[in-house]
Amino acid sequence: MRWITARRRHPAAGYAVVLLMLVAIGMGYAAVTGTSSPASASAPAGTSQRQIADGQSLFNKNCSSCHGLEAQGVSNIAPGLIGVGAAAVDFQVSTGRMPAKGPAAENGRKPVSLNAAQTHAIAAYIASLAGGPAIPAPAQVSTSGASVAVGQQLFIANCAQCHNFVGAGGALTNGKYAPALTQATPTQIYEAMLTGPEAMPVFNDTAITPQNKRDIIAYVTQTRSSTNPGGFSLGRIGPVTEGLVAFLGLLFFMVLAAMWITAKHGKTEAHE
Amino acid sequence: MSETNGHGELPGDGPRPGTHGEPAEQGYPAAAAEAPAGPRRVIGTPPPAQARTLLGRDGPTAQAAPRELPADPSDLGKAKIAERIAATCFIIATLAGIGFIAAYIGLPVHSVDAVLRSNLALGTALSLAMLGLAFGATIWVRNLMPAVELTEPRKPLASAPADRAAFAETFEEGTDASQFVKRPLLRRTLIAATLPLVVAPVVLLRDMGPLPGTSLRHTVWRKGLRLIEDVSNMPIRPSDFSSPGGMITVIPEGYATDDDALAKAATIIIKLRPEELQHPTVLNWTVDGIVAYSKICTHVGCPVSLYEQTTHHILCPCHQSTFDAPRGAQVIFGPAARPLPQLPITTDADGYLVAQSDFHEPVGPSFWERG
Amino acid sequence: MSMTTKLVDGTGGWLDDRFRGAKGFRTAFRKIFPDHWTFLLGEIALYSFIILLLTGTFLTFWFQPSMTGVVYHGSYKALDGVRMSQAYASTLGISFDVRGGLLMRQIHHWAADLFMAAIFAHMLRIFFTGAYRKPREVNWLIGITMLTLGLLEGLFGYSLPDDLLSGAGLRILEGVIQSIPVVGTYLAFFLFGGAFPGHDIIPRLYILHVLLIPGLLLALITAHLFIMWHQKHTQMPGKGRTDQNVIGAPFYPYFMAKTGAFFFFTFAAVALASTFAQINPVWLYGPYTPVAMSAGSQPDFYMGWLEGALRVMVPWEWNVFGHTFSFNVFIPGLLPLGAIFTGLALWPFLEAWITGDKREHHVNDRPRNAPTRTAIGLAGITFVGVLLLEGANDLIAEHLDISLYTTTRIAQVAVFAAPVIAYIVTKRICLGLQRKDQHLLEHGVETGIIRQLPSGEFIEVTRPVSENAHAVLTSRSQLPTLPSPDSADENGIPAPASRGALGKVRARLHTVLTESVELTTGNGHGGAGGGNGHGQASGDGEPAHAAVPTGGPRGAASGDAGTSSSSGSAAHDGPGHDGPGEQADS
Repeated sequence: MRWITARRRHPAAGYAVVLLMLVAIGMGYAAVTGTSSPASASAPAGTSQRQIADGQSLFNKNCSSCHGLEAQGVSNIAPGLIGVGAAAVDFQVSTGRMPAKGPAAENGRKPVSLNAAQTHAIAAYIASLAGGPAIPAPAQVSTSGASVAVGQQLFIANCAQCHNFVGAGGALTNGKYAPALTQATPTQIYEAMLTGPEAMPVFNDTAITPQNKRDIIAYVTQTRSSTNPGGFSLGRIGPVTEGLVAFLGLLFFMVLAAMWITAKHGKTEAHE
Repeated sequence: MSETNGHGELPGDGPRPGTHGEPAEQGYPAAAAEAPAGPRRVIGTPPPAQARTLLGRDGPTAQAAPRELPADPSDLGKAKIAERIAATCFIIATLAGIGFIAAYIGLPVHSVDAVLRSNLALGTALSLAMLGLAFGATIWVRNLMPAVELTEPRKPLASAPADRAAFAETFEEGTDASQFVKRPLLRRTLIAATLPLVVAPVVLLRDMGPLPGTSLRHTVWRKGLRLIEDVSNMPIRPSDFSSPGGMITVIPEGYATDDDALAKAATIIIKLRPEELQHPTVLNWTVDGIVAYSKICTHVGCPVSLYEQTTHHILCPCHQSTFDAPRGAQVIFGPAARPLPQLPITTDADGYLVAQSDFHEPVGPSFWERG
Repeated sequence: MSMTTKLVDGTGGWLDDRFRGAKGFRTAFRKIFPDHWTFLLGEIALYSFIILLLTGTFLTFWFQPSMTGVVYHGSYKALDGVRMSQAYASTLGISFDVRGGLLMRQIHHWAADLFMAAIFAHMLRIFFTGAYRKPREVNWLIGITMLTLGLLEGLFGYSLPDDLLSGAGLRILEGVIQSIPVVGTYLAFFLFGGAFPGHDIIPRLYILHVLLIPGLLLALITAHLFIMWHQKHTQMPGKGRTDQNVIGAPFYPYFMAKTGAFFFFTFAAVALASTFAQINPVWLYGPYTPVAMSAGSQPDFYMGWLEGALRVMVPWEWNVFGHTFSFNVFIPGLLPLGAIFTGLALWPFLEAWITGDKREHHVNDRPRNAPTRTAIGLAGITFVGVLLLEGANDLIAEHLDISLYTTTRIAQVAVFAAPVIAYIVTKRICLGLQRKDQHLLEHGVETGIIRQLPSGEFIEVTRPVSENAHAVLTSRSQLPTLPSPDSADENGIPAPASRGALGKVRARLHTVLTESVELTTGNGHGGAGGGNGHGQASGDGEPAHAAVPTGGPRGAASGDAGTSSSSGSAAHDGPGHDGPGEQADS
């Protein structure tokens, strides 16, 4: 102690104190808040009363300001969550869409703020209110044995009109959009089809069977990482980017070549 | 003062190749057959430069004209460097061309990754070969060919009046001789003879397609025909499709491979809450909040199927025509002028969704006879 | 003997014995070609066309133009077992089971895009430099025809693989045709051989695409080039360049070498794109089905403006006495296309009628010297540009975060307002540039040397512009003045072209079209009838042709031995503020 007080007037003393306090606050905050780990496809722990209670308190803290204390929803702000099921909660929270920053036309994917355990707790709580689709088990979303070709046809028939033929996304009305599917995990894809988040329609398990859903997941996950044999993909959004390359790349290159070939030797054109 | 023959050659030169021993024709003098009197020429040594003159515009000139194009560029040192650079480019191109052939022989296809490798290799080789040739040729013409700027006069494009008059005379004489103008009976009957033959090729195209008739007014939907899901071909019970906000594409049973039928019969079913359906949706044509609309946009025929669950809007991705599902698919935005026709549906004895009848109006884009 | 002698006398002699080509070839080899980079834009199109022919022939050896359904079992595993047309399956075969197939497909498609882009650029160059004026109106019409054919050729070509994207385009085409009053349904059924999609459209488009249209294009290209050869190419304004000469380098070897190099550049550009930029990945789109659609579907860019027209239109339809007028479809389908192409085709004749200019023109206009023409051209480009952007409005909405409906609303206003604004802005810019040129001519170029006069005043020394720049700055086509609508000759007969309501319209249009900053050549820059470029207009509306003798071994007697006026070396004395003229030639 005397060592510290003897140096209390050291030029660096002020800086040292500030640094120490920052470290202390940071460590304390880290200790009390959850870590933002990416959501995984792990199965939720068996639903217990403890989990539901945790979920309810988490819900009250993070969600009720928009969704209401009874999850009944607030008109023009947030929909009611009665009956949406654990799958909907897991999708929204594990993709970071929820908790939302505020009311917006579209809540896009953003860094998650609640970890898997917390997500499952809230999901269990919401499920306890009025049931609804459950979080799919890993076996349900596994693509082993799934047919990419069937998935391609199903995707084109039901999904491409919003998400584009490879899942590169598309515009909807009034600021909404169907997001690109480049980062969605198999569980999230399954949950999205099952629960119809935001403006997406609902494709329940009797409309599109679980096997067909696996086929679609296989198509999405394989295609988004598939090789582009022709070179850079240019975004996989079709002829618009191709046309830009034709004008800004090809024609521009040709103009430069033409200027070089026809330039006068040494003398520049007198353009005064 | 040396005499020159018609080609401007000095007599001291040997006979020009190709003219040796030919008889004099077209005014060309015969080649000298005796031994030349001037300095002896060894085979292969080019004759003196003065002997080779360019013919002037108006025929052979008596005196040798000066060179029109300089023989070499002005800076020979720079030219040599340029030659080296251009030659390097050509060598690169040669190697790239060989590389192209090697890549073709050596790299297989038959998988996406193999095609990527093959495309990269072949394309890079081809690009290099072309770039090498392009750069080499450009450096050649810019730095190796001597710079020239020459002038050539332009004659007015119109023919001289005398030529025009001569042509007019020839044409008139010929027309007179042909009797075409003087004998109207002949002329008119000839024209009459050609007219049907001109029309005939158009007539021959008649069988390119059937007459539309009333086919655009109907689809294959009829009473009792089951709605099945596209691709999975499963029939649907209302209880299977009971989640509000659901939408799925359906086709008539038995027509999964008939594209002509599907191009008009493709339909979407949307599950709404029954209380959400309003006029002008025909409620008798719905089942438990499930309403069926034609999937073929009434603008120009794209499949419509973009459904926003929250707003209940059906959006066509082609030109953004938007239809309001609870209200009979009325148009609320975009260039479509008519709502999507509603398919009357009900359930059959097994509980599956079936059509009650065909659409009550033509589906798809408008047409003249639509009414 | 030398290599050239052997070639000329050996092979050349053999051919000449049969064809008498010596004189013709000599004229051809000596033919002068003027040089400017913008003159190479048409060559881009020509060489792209050759590349299209070569790669297209390759593709025909494997492509099957049939809509018969097959089940796919080729190398692209993601579509294994999927039902598709033979056309689509054979396209997958070319892409994945033929060595070099994907490269040839990509080169073919990139070359097609470059072909259309180059035609646009070339056409705009011709328009803005007035190179379509007499005697080149026919060549202009041939060019517009080739533009139309190229558009169709590209549309048919990318529809051949029968994939989801291009099939949707065919569906839209069918819907547009169907909407035409009276004959629409018949035309649609005849084209498709029945109801959409039928089994005939792909084979029919195939024969149009590989035989009919390329044949027409080849014939038209040949005619286009022959006319250009016969009339000689235009040249850019410059020292010594007049309507009576052509200055440049001879065809053999200079132009041959340059154009050969440019062919390799064209091929290189397309090959580079085909190696590193994927185009038309039909395996990702999937085979066509009339039941499905993808978000963000657009045609190739040269059709994009028509797509935009369809999106921007309001939902206007009339149902009258059992018949439907689908204005919302056939107006956007036909009106922009008709207006632009008809306008383009008629423009040379319209301009000639308005200006009364009946002379031959071989020296290009500088765009700024024809402000109204340039402004109209920019207005047209803006119109097409707005429609083109609207054609991609869903992608713009998605990636630039603008509400989808807002993009259409903006386009609905912009399609009328933007061309008007473009016209006004462009015209003002052109007039401003003309004033700048005028200033340069009158005051010379600033040298950066500051001099103090004895009176204490500081001036900047200027020098007159260089000879070449002077020639360029003063090059203007002197347009004839029309007799006014009210004038009459001594017998009281009004001028036939200027009388009546049409005459008044013509007079007014003449004033607008020829609006330009007046060119005063300033103190001492050549006398009357002097200078380069074009002679001054004499009072009778028929300007004298000034023949300018130029250097070089040729160019002795020319067609009309006009007055030998002073060439560019006329003394530029006393311009600007300095005392002794600072002669600074380039």
